[in-house]
Amino acid sequence: MARTYLDFERPVAELDNKIEALIAEGGAAAKGVEELRETSKTKLKTLYAKIGPWEKTQVARHPARPHFKEYISGLITDYTPLSGDRKFGDDHALLGGLGKIRGRSVVVMGHEKGTDTETRLKHNFGMAQPEGYRKAVRLMELAERFNIPIISFVDTAGAFPGRGAEERGQAEAIARSIDKGLSVKVPFVSVIAGEGGSGGAVAIATADAVMMLEHSIYSVISPEGCASILWRDGARAKDAATAMKITAQDLKKLGVIDKIIKEPVGGAHRAQAEAVKLVGAAIVKSLAELELMDSKTLIKRRRDKFLDIGRSLL
Amino acid sequence: MNWLTKLTPPGVKDIFSKKDTPDNLWMKCPKSNEMVFSADLPGLLHVTPAGHHLRIGPKMRMDYTFDKSEYKNVDIPAVAKDPLKFKDDQKYTDRLKKARAKTGDQDAMNIGVGKIHGIETVILVQNFSFMGGSLGMAAGEGFIQAAEYAVANKLPLIVFTAAGGARMQEGALSLMQMPRTTIAVQELREAGLPYIVVLCDPTTGGVTASYAMLGDIHLAEPGALICFAGPRVIEETIREKLPEGFQRAEFLEEKGMIDRVVARKDMRQTLAQILSVLLKTDYEKLLEDA
Repeated sequence: MARTYLDFERPVAELDNKIEALIAEGGAAAKGVEELRETSKTKLKTLYAKIGPWEKTQVARHPARPHFKEYISGLITDYTPLSGDRKFGDDHALLGGLGKIRGRSVVVMGHEKGTDTETRLKHNFGMAQPEGYRKAVRLMELAERFNIPIISFVDTAGAFPGRGAEERGQAEAIARSIDKGLSVKVPFVSVIAGEGGSGGAVAIATADAVMMLEHSIYSVISPEGCASILWRDGARAKDAATAMKITAQDLKKLGVIDKIIKEPVGGAHRAQAEAVKLVGAAIVKSLAELELMDSKTLIKRRRDKFLDIGRSLL
Repeated sequence: MNWLTKLTPPGVKDIFSKKDTPDNLWMKCPKSNEMVFSADLPGLLHVTPAGHHLRIGPKMRMDYTFDKSEYKNVDIPAVAKDPLKFKDDQKYTDRLKKARAKTGDQDAMNIGVGKIHGIETVILVQNFSFMGGSLGMAAGEGFIQAAEYAVANKLPLIVFTAAGGARMQEGALSLMQMPRTTIAVQELREAGLPYIVVLCDPTTGGVTASYAMLGDIHLAEPGALICFAGPRVIEETIREKLPEGFQRAEFLEEKGMIDRVVARKDMRQTLAQILSVLLKTDYEKLLEDA
C-alpha cells in the first residue's frame, strides 16, 4: 500500500523505501529485507515514543486515521443511522444512530471529517453546524428515554464558522448540547479520536468518562488560530501547540481528561483495525463501570468531576 | 505621525504635543462622529446622544443597575496560577499583572449583591477591559460563585456578558469553563431561580456558546456584537463581506436568539419588571416599603 509519510517520519520513510527497492530487485526474500524491516520498526517505535505536540497534531489530523465510520463498522452491530434535528435539516458533519456494542444497546454520535475531496465536502470537513448539535441533543434525549448509554467520537477542527451557522444560532446549539450532555441520565462515554477543536468538540464531550487516543489533541483553539492571534503569525503554530498543552498526556496530568487509550506503534493510521479494537475495549470497560451507578449518582459524579477541573491544581 | 512632527526636533516636539486638555475630556462618538463632553457621560449612562452604548466596566454597570448605586461585592475564590506556564511574546503572569494594574480587579468577573427596584438580586459583570473579558479559570469560578451565592440566598442572577471568548493562555482549562459554568446554570434552574443574561458588546466564542445562551431570558444592549465565530473569521472562511448589522443585537433578536434589545436607560425598569413577574413580587410595594 502506498503510504504518505508525515515530515517527522522521514527516517522511517527512507528505510521503507530501501526495503521496497530491495524487494523490487530480489523479491520478498531478498537479502537484508528482514533486517531492515526490524530497523524500520524500531525506528518507528522510538520516533513515536518522543513526538511532541506539533507532531501529534499532524498525526491527529492524518487522513488515514480511523474516523467515525471506521469506529461504527468496526465496533457497532445492528447500526441504524439517524438523521436530522427535526427543526431545520440534517448535518453530515455530525453523525449518529442506534446500535449495539458487544451486545449492549447504545446511542452513538460523532464528527465525521471524510477521507477524500468528495467525502470531505459532504461532511464539511467535520465542522458541524447548529443542526449537528441539535441532532446530538435529540439523540441524547432518545438515549435517556430508553435508558441506553451514549458514546461520542470527537474529531473536529471546530464548529463551522459560517454565515448560516451564525444565523441559525451556532452558539445556542452548542450551549444546549453541553447542557444536555451534563444532565443526561444515562452513562455517557466520550472518545477524542483525532482533533478535539474547541466548543465544537466539548459540545459532545461532557461525558462521565472522557478518553483520548494517545496521539489525539484537545484544545481551546487550533494551534494555527492561537498563533495568529498571539503571535500574529499562523506559522508559529508549533509554538502555540506546545504552549497550549494539547496532548492527551498533558491533559491527563491537568485533570481535563480521564483516560488515555494506547495506539498501535506508529499511530492509529498505521493499523486502523487494531486501533479501533483498542478503543472498543476501553469503551466497553468504561460502560461496564458506569452502568453500575444509578442516574442520580451518575449525574452528581459527572458534575463534580467537571467542577473539580482546575480546582484540583490549587 | 505627520510630516511636521517628523521634521520637528524632539525638544520642540514636546512643546507642541503638550496638551492643555487631558486626553479624555472629549470623546468621539463611534456612531455619529460627534464630540461628546466626557463629564456628561455618567449622566447619560455612558450612552452617546446618538445612542451608541459605550462599553462600561463592573463598577459603572453596578452603579447604573442597583437602586441608589448601593450594593456589596462578593469575593471570588482564588484559582491555580498559570498552570500551563504559558508564554507567547510575554509571560501570561505578566499579562495578568498588567490587566490587574489597569482595572484594579483580580480578573474579568465581579459580583455585586443589591436591589433593583427593591428586588434583591445578584449581578455578575464580565469586564471586557480585563484581557478582553476572556473566560479563564477565574472567570469561570466567578460565574460559579455568583450562581452558588444566588442559590444559597434564594436570589435571582443577572449576568452582563462581555468577552472576546476563551482565555487561550489557559488552554483546555479555559475550554472546560464552558461545561463548568453550564453546571452552575443548571443549579440555578433546579433551585427555581431566574437567570437573566444581558448580552453586552461584545459577547463571542465560548462565552456565547455556554452560559450566555442558556438564560431564562436573554436581553441585549443595542448594537452589541453577539456571535460564536467573529465576523473576521467568517469573512475569511466564506470569502465574502458580511452585511451591515450582521451578528448585532438587533439581528439576533430578529433571528430569535434573544428576547429583547433594551436601551441602557430602560434596563433597570425592564429587569425589575421581569423579575417581579418571575418572582411574583410587587416591586412598587417594595419601593414604598423602602
